[in-house]
Amino acid sequence: MIAELGQFALILALMVALVQSVLTFVGVRTGDPAIHGFARAGSIAQFVLMLTAFACLTVLFAVSDFSVLVVAENSHTDKPFLYKLTGVWGNHEGSMLLWGLILTAYTAALALSAKPVEARLVSLTFAVQSLVTAAFTAFLLFTSNPFARLWPSPMNGQDLNPLLQDPGLASHPPMLYAGYVGFSITFSFAVAALIEGRVDARWARIVRPWALAAWSFLTVGIALGAAWAYYELGWGGWWAWDPVENASLMPWLAGTAFIHSLRVMEKRDTLKAWTILLALMTFSLSLAGTFLVRSGVLTSVHAFAVDPERGVFILGILIAVIGGSLALYGLRASHLKPTGVFSEVSRESTLLINNLFIGAACALVFFGTFYPLFITTVSDETITVGAPFFNATFNPMMGVLFILVPVSGMLAWKRGKLKPVLRKLMPALVAALAAGVLALWIADRTPIAGALGTALAMWVGIGVLIDIAQRLKLGDIPLKASLSRAINLPLGIWGMAVAHFGLAITVFAITGVSAWKQETSAFLMPGQSLQIAGYTVELDDVRRFDGANYVAEEGRFAISRGQRDLGELVAERRFYPVRQMSTTESAIRTRGTGDLYISFGEPSRERGWPVHVYIYPFAMWLWIGSAILTLGGVLSIADRGRRSLTARKTADTTDAAREVTS
Amino acid sequence: MNRLFLFLPLALFAVMAAYFALGLRENPGEIPSQLIDRELPAFDLPPIQGHETGLASADLAGEVSLLNVFGSWCPPCAIEHPMLMQISRSGVVPIYGIDWKDPPGAGTRWLERNGNPYVRIGNDAEGRVAIDLGITGAPETFIIDRAGRVRYRHVGVITEEVWEGTLLPLVEHLQAEEMP
Amino acid sequence: MRQILAAMLAGLMLAGSALASPGPEERMEDARLEARARALYDQLRCVVCQSQSIDDSNAPLAADLRAVVRERLLAGDSDAEVKAYLQDRYGDYVLMLPPVQGNTIALWLFPLVMLLGGGIAILVFVRGQRRALMAGDDTGEGDEARARALSDEEGLS
Repeated sequence: MIAELGQFALILALMVALVQSVLTFVGVRTGDPAIHGFARAGSIAQFVLMLTAFACLTVLFAVSDFSVLVVAENSHTDKPFLYKLTGVWGNHEGSMLLWGLILTAYTAALALSAKPVEARLVSLTFAVQSLVTAAFTAFLLFTSNPFARLWPSPMNGQDLNPLLQDPGLASHPPMLYAGYVGFSITFSFAVAALIEGRVDARWARIVRPWALAAWSFLTVGIALGAAWAYYELGWGGWWAWDPVENASLMPWLAGTAFIHSLRVMEKRDTLKAWTILLALMTFSLSLAGTFLVRSGVLTSVHAFAVDPERGVFILGILIAVIGGSLALYGLRASHLKPTGVFSEVSRESTLLINNLFIGAACALVFFGTFYPLFITTVSDETITVGAPFFNATFNPMMGVLFILVPVSGMLAWKRGKLKPVLRKLMPALVAALAAGVLALWIADRTPIAGALGTALAMWVGIGVLIDIAQRLKLGDIPLKASLSRAINLPLGIWGMAVAHFGLAITVFAITGVSAWKQETSAFLMPGQSLQIAGYTVELDDVRRFDGANYVAEEGRFAISRGQRDLGELVAERRFYPVRQMSTTESAIRTRGTGDLYISFGEPSRERGWPVHVYIYPFAMWLWIGSAILTLGGVLSIADRGRRSLTARKTADTTDAAREVTS
Repeated sequence: MNRLFLFLPLALFAVMAAYFALGLRENPGEIPSQLIDRELPAFDLPPIQGHETGLASADLAGEVSLLNVFGSWCPPCAIEHPMLMQISRSGVVPIYGIDWKDPPGAGTRWLERNGNPYVRIGNDAEGRVAIDLGITGAPETFIIDRAGRVRYRHVGVITEEVWEGTLLPLVEHLQAEEMP
Repeated sequence: MRQILAAMLAGLMLAGSALASPGPEERMEDARLEARARALYDQLRCVVCQSQSIDDSNAPLAADLRAVVRERLLAGDSDAEVKAYLQDRYGDYVLMLPPVQGNTIALWLFPLVMLLGGGIAILVFVRGQRRALMAGDDTGEGDEARARALSDEEGLS
C-alpha cells in the first residue's frame, strides 16, 4: 500500500512538473499576471508530492518491508535502526529520490522566499526548474523506480554494505546533494536570464545567496566524504582521485569560479556572458557527475549497480538539459553587454586569473577522468589516469593560484596599484619563507613538497590577516575607529577573509598529512609493542563480542611516550555475516599536532595480529579548515549588498532610470 | 567572430556526448590481453593434489587447445563448468586447466564433485603464472594455436552463445591453418 | 556480462581481509628496497579494482602483484624494469601515471594548452578594454565613481 502510494506520488509529481513548466512558459510569453502565483503554488505542490514519496520509502525501510526490491537488496532486520533510515539513500534508487526531494525543496524554498521584484525572471526560473524536475522524475519512474516490488518476497534482506553503516553515510550524501542540486537554481536563473536577454546587478544580487548556499553545502559534503573515508577505510586515505570523487570536485571548482565571477558581475557589471556560462557549467557538471557514475561508463569504488539502459536515458537527459542550455547560450549570450571596464592591474583582472586557473583545473580533472574512456572508444587500448597524474598537474596549478590570493584581495577595483600591495604583503612573504625553511629543516621526508605547502599556507594565512588589518587601518587610527570600521565592513568581505583563512589552514593540513605522514606495522601478540615517532603502541588484549548485525574482535592498545602513559585506544575488526564483508574500525588519537591512527587485521596463529600504526600530522585541521572555509561562504550569504552613502544616490537614480526604460 | 565563440561550449559538449554515447557500449573494467599473437609464456606447474602430472606450457604445443583458468572459490566458474564438460566430451578441442590460488586439495575436491573436463591441470597456488598470463579474474580462457601462440582470450563464463558464436569458429579456423 | 564481472570481483574480494595497505608480513628486510617497493605500489594499479593502486587495495590479486614487485626488486630490477615487467603482462592500464606516448600526449599537454589559451583570451579581452578605459568617466556612466565607491566601502584606501 505504502509503496503504491509513494509510486503514485511520484507519478503525480511528474505530471505537475510537466504541466507547470509548459503553462508557466506560455503564461510568461502571454504576459499573464497570475502566472507568478501559479508557478509558486505548483512548486510547493511538487515538493509536497516528492516529500510524500520520500516519506513512503523511509517508512518501507523503517519497517523492513522486503516485498519492495530496494529494501530487500539493501536492508536487514538486524540492521541498527539509524542505518535502516540512512539506508534509504544508500542505494541508487533511493539516492535518486533524495536528489529529487532536494531539487523540489530548493524550488519550494525559492517559491517561499521570492519577492515580487523581477516577477518575470523568477517565473521563468520556475519553469526551467520544473522542466529539470520533470526530466528527473521521469528518469526515476522509468529506470530507477524505488518502489518496484519483489515477488516472492524474501524473509530477510541482503543488508546494507557494511562500509555504509556509518554516521558518515547519514550526512555525506544529503549535504553533497544539497550542494549539487542547489546549483540547479542558479542554472535555472541563468537560463531564464538568457531567455530574457538581459542580466544585471539585480540578477546577480538575487542569485548570489543561492550560489553561496549551494557552494557551502557542497564544501561540507565533500569534506564529510573525505572525513568519512579517513575514519572508515582503515588506513587514513581521504582522497584518491577516484572518478566519483572527481565528479564532486568538478562542480565545486566550477562553483568556486562562479561565486568569484558573480561578485565581479554584481559590483562592476562586467564578465556577464562568462558568469552565465559558469552558472550553466556548474550545474551541468553536477548532472553529468551524478549520472555518469551510474551509467556504467566509468568504474569507481563508489559504483552503483550498473545498467546500460539507464545509461541511454541518462545521456538523453544530459543532451536535453546541457545541450539545450548551451545552444540557448550560443544564441542569446551576445545580448549580455557589459558596462564596467577595468585595467590590467585591478581586482577584476585578478579574479579573472582566478577563474582561469580554477577553470583550467576543473577542465583538467574532467579531461583526466574521462580520458581513459576516450581512448577505449577509439582504440583497443586502455590506460589509467590515476592519483599520480592529478598530483603532478593539479597541485602545481593550485599552488600558483594560491600565490595570487592575498594580492587579489588587496587590489582596488577597476584601477589598482600592484607595488603598494606587494609592499604591504612583505611580512607575509617573510613569514612564508621562514616557515618554508623551517619545514625543510624539520621534516625528514618529502621535504620540498612539505616546505612548499607550508610556505603557501603561511603566505595566504598571514596575507589575509594583513588584508583585514589594512582595511581596518589597524595601528594607523585609534582602536575604536578600527572597531567601527570592522562593524561597517560588508559581510562579504569578512566572508572572503574567513574563507581564505580557512583555505590556508586546509592547505597546511593537506601538506601535513600527505608530506609528513609516517607508518609502521608489525605482528603483535598481546604484550608486544611497536614504536613509531617516539610513541610506543602495545597490544594489551583482544576480545570477541557480538554487535547488532556483526561479530567483532576488539583490540585494546596502550599508548605511551617515553615514560608517560597516554591512555588506551580501542580498535575493532567487524565481520557482517549477511553481506560476508569485513570492516575495520580504527582507533584514532586526535591532537592538534596530529593523529595517531591504529588498525589491525586478520590474525595468524603463530605470529599474532598484524597491527598498522600511522601518524598523520595536523589531520584534525583538515576538518577545521574546511569548516572555516564553509563558514566564510555562509557569512557572505548574509551580505545585504549595502552601498556606501556617496554612491547610493547616483546608483539609485541610474537604476530607477533603467527600470522605467526596460 | 565573437558569436562563433559563444557556440564553442556547445560544440565541445557535442563531442563529449558523442564519446559518452560510444562509451556506453564499452566495458570500462575490461582490459585487452597483452598476449594476443604472442607466444604463450613459459611455465611449468606442479600437479594438483591427487593427480600425477601437472601442466607445462610445452604440453600445449602441436595442436589447437583451450587454456582455462579456474578456482573452486569462483562462483562463475561453477556456472561455466557444464559448458566445459560439454566441450570436453565433444572432443573438438582439448582443454587444459590452471587451478588458480586454491588451497591444497580444494581444486581436486571441486573437480571430483563437478566433473573434470581437463586433459591436464596445473596448480598455480601462488598465482605467478596467472600474472604472467595477465589474468584479472576467473574464469578466463585462452585459445592457443598449434605453434603455441595465444590467439584469443575470453573473459568470463563461456556460454552456449559464446562457444557457438565466437570460440568454436575460431578453433576450427585455427585447426585448418597450416603449421607455420 | 557486467553482472558476471561483478560476481568475479565479488569472488575475489571475499577472500581478502578488510585491512588494506601491505601487511607487516610483506615488509622487506632491506629498508631501501622497502621504500622503493612502497613507492612502486603507489604507481601500479590494482587491475581488478576500481581505480585503486595496489598499495590501497585489499584484493588478493593486489597482494600477488605486490609480491611480484618484491621479487623483481630482489632480483635486482630497477624501478623502471619492475614497471615494465607488469606493463608487459597487463598493458599501460597497470600504470597509475599514464606514460607519455602517442595516445597520451593530448592529456599531458592539456593543462599547458588550457592555461596558455585561457591566458591569451584574457589578455585579449582586458587589453581590448583599453579604449573604453582611456575615455575615463566621459562615458557618462559614472563607472569610475562607482568603482572608487566600491573600493571605499570595502575599506580599501
